[in-house]
Parts: sequence; structure tokens; C-alpha cells
Amino acid sequence: MNPYITNTPQEIEQMLRQIGVKNIDALFADISLAHRPKSFKLPQGLSEYEVVRHVTALSLKNNVHVVPFIGGGYYDHYIPSAVQALTSRGEFYTAYTPYQPECAQGTLQALFEYQSSMCALTGMEVSNASLYDGGTALYEAMMMAIRITGRNKVIMDGEVSPIYRKILKTYTHHLSYQFEETPVVHGQSSREEIERLLDKDTAAIILQNPNFFGAIDDLTDIMEKAHKVGALAIVSVYPISLGLLKTPAEMGADIVTGEGQSLGLPLNFGGPYLGFMCARKKYIRKMPGRIVGETVDSRGQRCFVNTLQAREQHIRRQKATSNICTNVSLCALQAAIFMAVVGKTGLKEMAQLNLDKAEYTKQLLSKIKGVEVKRSVPTFNEFTVHLPKDASEVVAAMMKKGFAAGFPLGRYYPGMERYLLVAVTEKRTKEEIERYAKALQEVLD
Amino acid sequence: MELIFEKSIVGRKGFCFGPSDVPTHARIASKYARKVDAPLPEVSELDVVRHYTRLSQKNFSIDTHFYPLGSCTMKYNPKFTEGLARLPGFTDLHPLLAQLSGGEQWTQGALQILYELEQWMCEMTGFSAFTMQPLAGAHGELTGIMLMAAYHKSKGNSKKKYVIIPDSAHGTNPASAAVAGYETISIPSNKDGGMDLRALKAAVNEQTAGLMMTVPSTLGVFEGNISEIAKIIHAVDGIMYYDGANLNAVLGRCRPGDVGFDVMHINTHKTFTTPHGGGGPGAGPVGVNEKLAKFLPISRVVKRSDGVYVLDYSYAESIGYIASFYGNFGLLVRAYAYLLMLGKEGLIDTTNHAVLNANYIKAKLEPYYKICFDRICMHESVFSASKQAERGVHAIDIAKFLIDQQIHPPTVYFPISVPEAVMIEPTETESKQTMDHFIAKMIEADKLSQTSPAAFKEFPKTMPVARPDEVKAARDIKTSFFGAPTDAA
Repeated sequence: MNPYITNTPQEIEQMLRQIGVKNIDALFADISLAHRPKSFKLPQGLSEYEVVRHVTALSLKNNVHVVPFIGGGYYDHYIPSAVQALTSRGEFYTAYTPYQPECAQGTLQALFEYQSSMCALTGMEVSNASLYDGGTALYEAMMMAIRITGRNKVIMDGEVSPIYRKILKTYTHHLSYQFEETPVVHGQSSREEIERLLDKDTAAIILQNPNFFGAIDDLTDIMEKAHKVGALAIVSVYPISLGLLKTPAEMGADIVTGEGQSLGLPLNFGGPYLGFMCARKKYIRKMPGRIVGETVDSRGQRCFVNTLQAREQHIRRQKATSNICTNVSLCALQAAIFMAVVGKTGLKEMAQLNLDKAEYTKQLLSKIKGVEVKRSVPTFNEFTVHLPKDASEVVAAMMKKGFAAGFPLGRYYPGMERYLLVAVTEKRTKEEIERYAKALQEVLD
Repeated sequence: MELIFEKSIVGRKGFCFGPSDVPTHARIASKYARKVDAPLPEVSELDVVRHYTRLSQKNFSIDTHFYPLGSCTMKYNPKFTEGLARLPGFTDLHPLLAQLSGGEQWTQGALQILYELEQWMCEMTGFSAFTMQPLAGAHGELTGIMLMAAYHKSKGNSKKKYVIIPDSAHGTNPASAAVAGYETISIPSNKDGGMDLRALKAAVNEQTAGLMMTVPSTLGVFEGNISEIAKIIHAVDGIMYYDGANLNAVLGRCRPGDVGFDVMHINTHKTFTTPHGGGGPGAGPVGVNEKLAKFLPISRVVKRSDGVYVLDYSYAESIGYIASFYGNFGLLVRAYAYLLMLGKEGLIDTTNHAVLNANYIKAKLEPYYKICFDRICMHESVFSASKQAERGVHAIDIAKFLIDQQIHPPTVYFPISVPEAVMIEPTETESKQTMDHFIAKMIEADKLSQTSPAAFKEFPKTMPVARPDEVKAARDIKTSFFGAPTDAA
């Protein structure tokens, strides 16, 4: 059963006659008997409504009704309805990579606008047309810095997401790069530790703002020190925070990456997400992935094309800046539409709401006996709290009360079993925050 | 058409967040705060809706046009899978929920999909385990090569240095091998489009880490010597990598795991028709045999004896994390739903008709265009526009002619080993009428190349834009509304 095959038996007959074979099997004569499948046991096909019923039932086995106070780099933000309505257009999502620019101006212009908005957000001069996700984008940034500097050593700040750190280790452990990590300080980046490691062999220092523990920072001094030894400064940022926070460009960053999920993409159990990458203009030829550029057509009208393709694998093969072929066009489109709908003032309002609600949550939690909120470290919409008992157990108990209470840091940091990472977005209401604080108090009592 | 930024009016808003309901009003200390607001567009929601609707209308897409783009498998993307992937039970699910203690009970539906998809992919390909994590085909390739490297490391194969790749391969193959730290050796194709065995034997030695192969090849030809090739590579303890870009031609007819391959990736956006999205997101699950299974990335989804699906991180020899989470889940849901609907017979039909349609177009166009290999093709056929090129009409010109005929051009200039290549893949979802129309237009192009070759330089004439000046784009680089980094040398 395959409803998507449209040719009738008569047409199939005509086609076989045209080809000059008796039946379809004859078309597979090149596959010898020895190469035929040893087994091919798959379920019988179902009708559309049977599949819909089955998959819908599976979706209902996932509990999305807990009130989320969990982040860790992936946030429950509101997505304006226009975003999905527009990205659901078949003209966008069933198109291919815009290799034929005359019949792909829609995708190309949208990607150019995406790149422009990412530049607006980060303050950087250039952006590519997207990468897979925040973690792999950071890996690509590291490789880019190694290519630019011709150096082999990379310093990773301990406050960077442990997920990202694990990804970078996987990609580099069999290659001859020196990968140094500063110890986790659970606060703002340790200047001493970074300075101790920075030297003339350093290709890049990798930072994150806000960092994994939610701390915000002005990283200007670290970036200056990196530049003094000829190293590049790479920083992974959280786009929504840039509604309020100092831009990486103002701090002096050379390459900026991050997870763009917060820009209008659903959580989707981990993907598809949006890796973004911006940089100083002088590094554009070392960037990985597709880049859309403006030009004119033969009639002199403005138009858009994939540009600087000599960097890419389909031209350069083993000498390409990256093996990446696909970007995540549709996710970039989603982010472009999100940034256009929310707009200049909306992004600032949204960031302010995140900050205010997180601060309110902090206030309520710090009143609970035994709960300690580190008030000395400035944060945006995520922060850590120290609990009087194992955070994992607390989270399990809070689940029963209808809350995803946060992320227990012991999962990635031995010794931090009593710490919980709590995220509060604009979607959390005062009432939810108060119920959350009350539930936590009950769990701890 | 204007950019969204050029429609901006100071003070205009597209979205209202409403007043805060909490009593707190916090300030970011000035040393941490941005000096000026991000200059995003200031437009209304209606402005945005019209703008992007109009932009969408400037695209060709499968929903609007025939798209016989060889090697890309632009088949129809069923609508019901879209609806299912957008169910809130999937879209609102936080990935870290599954990693909380007891979190598996909140994510059983999602984990079951990942688990069952792995089982089916194993059965379809003859492999013993799959990871769903790779986020695109090329990401799958890189993962596969890292598994290859992990294997050699564990065996103490310290001399392994080269990965062998046929000249007809996708550019991602050599690029992925290079990124993973290997050098690459290119092997030419023989006159039938197969691999030149003599050249292969000459290239293989104890430094050979493995071979990457696309079957059927990008020339649309099934490699008949596959068992022998596997024997040659395995004799030096090399790893056989199957690039699944063309799996849609052999699904149900041949399983890579049965014929000597050790590792492969699947492009779900090709074989399992998850939408291409204008260039991603993709998904590139990687399958392996027993030899490589222990090196697969973590986490893996396993089914406990009590029937509960859980994430398992306890693989000591795993290469580690290759992506943040469990793969491009939204796309995997679409692939899962598609597979459930088609089932065994439906999948075999898919393969059969993909190959039938490709051969039909090949048979019809052979009198007009030079065919590369005079034999039955698989899911795509490669022509050369060399006859037309002699008249001054190149593959790109024919492509631009087709655009004016409201047909997306085939892939041109790939594989790079074929001069003036025109690679046609109709897919199983296209009707005979659509193909006949395309064939008629291709014949018209050939006729026109004889009568008025100069006319081609003006095509396309009917699109919103004519041929772009790509040299200018690369010279006067402008990649953002905010500036022109022209001095980017």
C-alpha cells in the first residue's frame, strides 16, 4: 500500500514497454541473487487514520503538562502564531537548497534577512545562514579559530555548557589538538585560570554568556587578554538575553555562536534546533556553512545568491572549511520571522519579562528555609539554588506536584548534587511561580 | 522586493507581550547591559505575514513544481506527517526531561518512537544498531568516520591513514573524512560506471582505514562487484562505509549490511521523505554492524525488561556526544509515521516505482541527450549535455530554460566526473503526465539548441529575477542589511 504512487497499471505497462523490459523486476537485474536481502520483516502498512491514531496516542504518553522551570540552554518561550503559520507554507518547507537562485529568491532573501537580524542581535558584522545546533556550531567555531590562527591549543572555560564541552571533546579527542579546560567555579569566569593557560600557542578561548549556571558577565577583559597573545575569542550566547545584555561585539568577540532554539523554535525533544554563527568580517572566508550574499541580476535588479561557495564541500571536497552540506534553512527562516514579529522593542520587552520573573522567583525561593540563592552573581533568566537535600530527589517529588522544577546539576557535576538550575521565562505567570515556590517548600518540609 | 528592514517604521510593533504580572522590576547593571537596542525590524504582524507570504511565492517547491533534482530525492512530503510532528506532545517536550531521575516515565512516547525507528532501520538495512543522533547526512558521515577511527584505535591499527573514495562521490565524503583526520584517495570509475577494481587494488594497503561508497553510485549504477570490493577492504582490516544518499533505489532489494558494509547513514529527507526545508534541517541516522556497535554515540535508547524505554549512557567505548540530544526528533517523527503507513510492501513499491520512473525518462530522452552509461539505471540517470554544448548551449543554460517552463532543473555539473552532467531523479511520486511534460520540454530545449542557441543566454525570462551576477556577489561581499564587508580578503 502506497498512496503516493500515482501511475495506473495501464501507464505502468506503457512505461515498461517504452523502456523495453517485461516487468519491474527486470529493472533490478544488476542486483544479483547473492545481493538480495536476507530478511525484510517490517510491519504491514496502515491507513492514514490508523497512523494518526497511533502516533497521537504516543504523543500523549509524553507529559508536557508539567509547568517547566527547566532550561539548561533550551527554553520554553512563547512562539507568536505567525511564525508557524508562515513556516508551514509548502513553498518554504518543501523547497530544496537554493542552488538555482532564480527560482529560490524566497528562501535566499529570507536567509539574508536572517543573517541581518543575527548581526543586529549580536552586533557582529557577518553571519552565516545557520548550522545544525548550538553545540555543533561551537565545534565549528573552534575549528575555524584553529584554521585562522594556525595554532593547536584551545582553552574552554569551565562555565560553558557541559553538553557543548562533551561534544567538542568527541570531535577532537582523536585529533592532535590540545584541549584545556579551566576548573568549574560556578559563577563568573575565573580570570586567573584563563590567564594561566593563555599563551602564544592558544588558538582560541571559548566562553559562554550567560554561562551554563546562568551568570552574566562582561567578558571584555578576557577577550583583550586573548587578543594580546594572538588568540581569538569565541563566545556562545543566548539570543533572547541580547535584548538586554551587552553584545559580544561590544566585548570584542571574534566568533559568536549559540543555540537559536529560543528564537521561535519549539523544544521538540532536542531538535531540529538552530546553530548560529556570526563573526568579524575579516574571517568570512574561513566560515563554515552556507552564506547568502546580495548581488544584482543581468537586468540590474537586486537579488540574492549563495556566495563564497569556494569554501564549501561541493566545490572544495576534502579542502573545504567544513564537511557541512545542509544548514537548517527552515529553522533560520523561523528565527527570521520570529525576530521580525517580535521586533526591536518586543525583544527588549521579552528579555525584561524574563529577567523580572526570574528575579521574582529568586526572591520567593530565597525565603524558603534551607534554600540558598547565590545573590552575589548577576543572572538573566536562569540561576542556581542550593537545596538542603539531593536535587534529583527534589525534582522527582516536584514532578508529582506538576512541575519540572529545574535541572539537577549533579547529573553533570559530581559534588553538586544539591544544586538545582532553575529557568524562568516570560511564559511563567506570577501564579505559577508562587505555586512553584509553595510546592518546593512542601517538598522540603 | 524590499527587505523586511526596509519596511520598518520607527515605533511600529508586531507583537504585544503585555504588562508584567510580577511585582519585581529588575535592572541589568550598566557594565553588563547593551548600549543600544538591537536594530531588528519595526513592523506589524500583517507586514510580516504579507512579506513572507510574498517571499514564499518566489520559490519553486515540491508542493508547486516538478523537481527532478538528481541525488536529492525531491519526492512528495505527505501532509499527515507534518500534522503529527506538530502535536504538542512532541513539540513541547523538553529534551532534558528525559535525563531527570524518573524522567523516562514522562517521555515514553518519544523514546518508543526512537527505539522502534532504530529496530526498523536495522531490519531495512541489515545492521545491528542505529543511532538517531546525527543531524544531517554529512553529520552522519562524520559520525561514521569517527566510528571507523574508534575501531582502528581499539584494534591498535596505528598505521591507518587513508580513506578511499570514488571520484563520483558527493563532496561531503572527502570533506567528512578530512574533518575526522584522514587523508583521502580518489578512485576513478570504469566505463560502465562501476568502480575500477584495478585502481582500487593498487590503492589499498595497510594504511587504508576504509572505503566510502554510495550504492547505487551517483552515476545511477548499482555496483555489481560489491562483495569483491568488501573483501579487498576487509583483507586489510578496513571499514566499509555505505553512503545512504541513494538508499531509496534499493530499499527492499538489497541491504547494505548483507553485502559487506560495516557502517552507513540514512538521509531521512531523501529515503523517508522528511521535508528538505529549503536546505535543512535534515537527519542522518547511522547504522553499524556488531563490529562497531559498542562505539556508537551516547545516549542510546534501550527497552528495559519491564517494557520501559530508557536512555542508556553506560557504553565505556562510545565515541561520546556528537550532538546535544537525541537527533532531529521532529523529523524522526515524520519518518516514523511515513514508515508506519507504508509498511513492508509500500516501501518495496516505493523503490520499484522510483526506478521505473527514472528508466522511463532515460528511455525517452536517450535519442536527444548523450547518456553516460548504456544500461538500465537505478533511481536516477545521468546524461551529458555535451552534444548541446557543442552548439553553445550548456547544462546550465538548459537548466535556466526549464525554470521558464515552470520546472525545477535537474542537478547539473554533478557528478563532477561527467562533463556537462545533467542528473535526473523523478522519484516514485511523480505521474507519467508530469514526466511526459518534462520530457517534452527537454526535447524542446534540444531542438532550440539547434535552431537558436543564442536564445538560451536570456533564460530565465519569467522569474522575479534574471541570472544573478555571482562574481559580484563574491567580490563586493554583502551578507547583511547593515553593512558591506567589501574588504573581506
